[in-house]
Amino acid sequence: MTTVIIRTTARILAPFIQLFGLYVIVHGPISPGGGFQGGVIVGASLILLALSYDLASAEARAGHAIRIAMDSTGSLLFAGIGLLSLLAGGVFMDYGIIPLPLPAAQVRALMILLIGMAIGVHIMALVSTLFLHMAEDHE
Amino acid sequence: MYRQLALLMVLLVAGAILTLAVTDMPAFGDPGAPAHRHVAPRYIEMAYRETGVPNMVTAILADYRGYDTLGELTVMFTACAAVLSVLLGRKRR
Repeated sequence: MTTVIIRTTARILAPFIQLFGLYVIVHGPISPGGGFQGGVIVGASLILLALSYDLASAEARAGHAIRIAMDSTGSLLFAGIGLLSLLAGGVFMDYGIIPLPLPAAQVRALMILLIGMAIGVHIMALVSTLFLHMAEDHE
Repeated sequence: MYRQLALLMVLLVAGAILTLAVTDMPAFGDPGAPAHRHVAPRYIEMAYRETGVPNMVTAILADYRGYDTLGELTVMFTACAAVLSVLLGRKRR
């Protein structure tokens, strides 16, 4: 459907967009950005592939079942980290109490990073899933 | 015609009341504003010491207000599940 120029550009750009998205997710605790923003960037790279090739090739890279699993995993990981501090004897989502051989502030920093990654996985799956299923209807 | 005039009057009165209320708000960036005196100083002073995260916004979103962010994520998850149940259910029929 699209020209070879668009397909080649999208194929070359997609890994870099994904890498930048991962950078935004992982650097959330240090620089502006975070799970929501980075997840949208990674999801957009999949949408770019779906637009420049077709829906089937985007589905082949991240199938429906995988995306649904990632979506649920992200939410569960976030809630699980909250519950972890509950199990460690603290209040819900008070990560400093989780028993790791680190100072409390660093345990919190680690958990904030993990939560950023959980949000990123969730949003990436959500954005691409919504687009792919709505685009399916128009094909 | 009268209906539209009445609507215009109502809009003008409501707009005047809202404008009056806005003039009562603290100036933009006013350090003495109530919103800047409640928990904000504590976040600014303690965020890095307590969470070890240099980005204060992330520290507030994921730690101090983590419960809100979890709720946000739940809203998105529920929305996605609802949309998918509609879209996939229609395809199967």
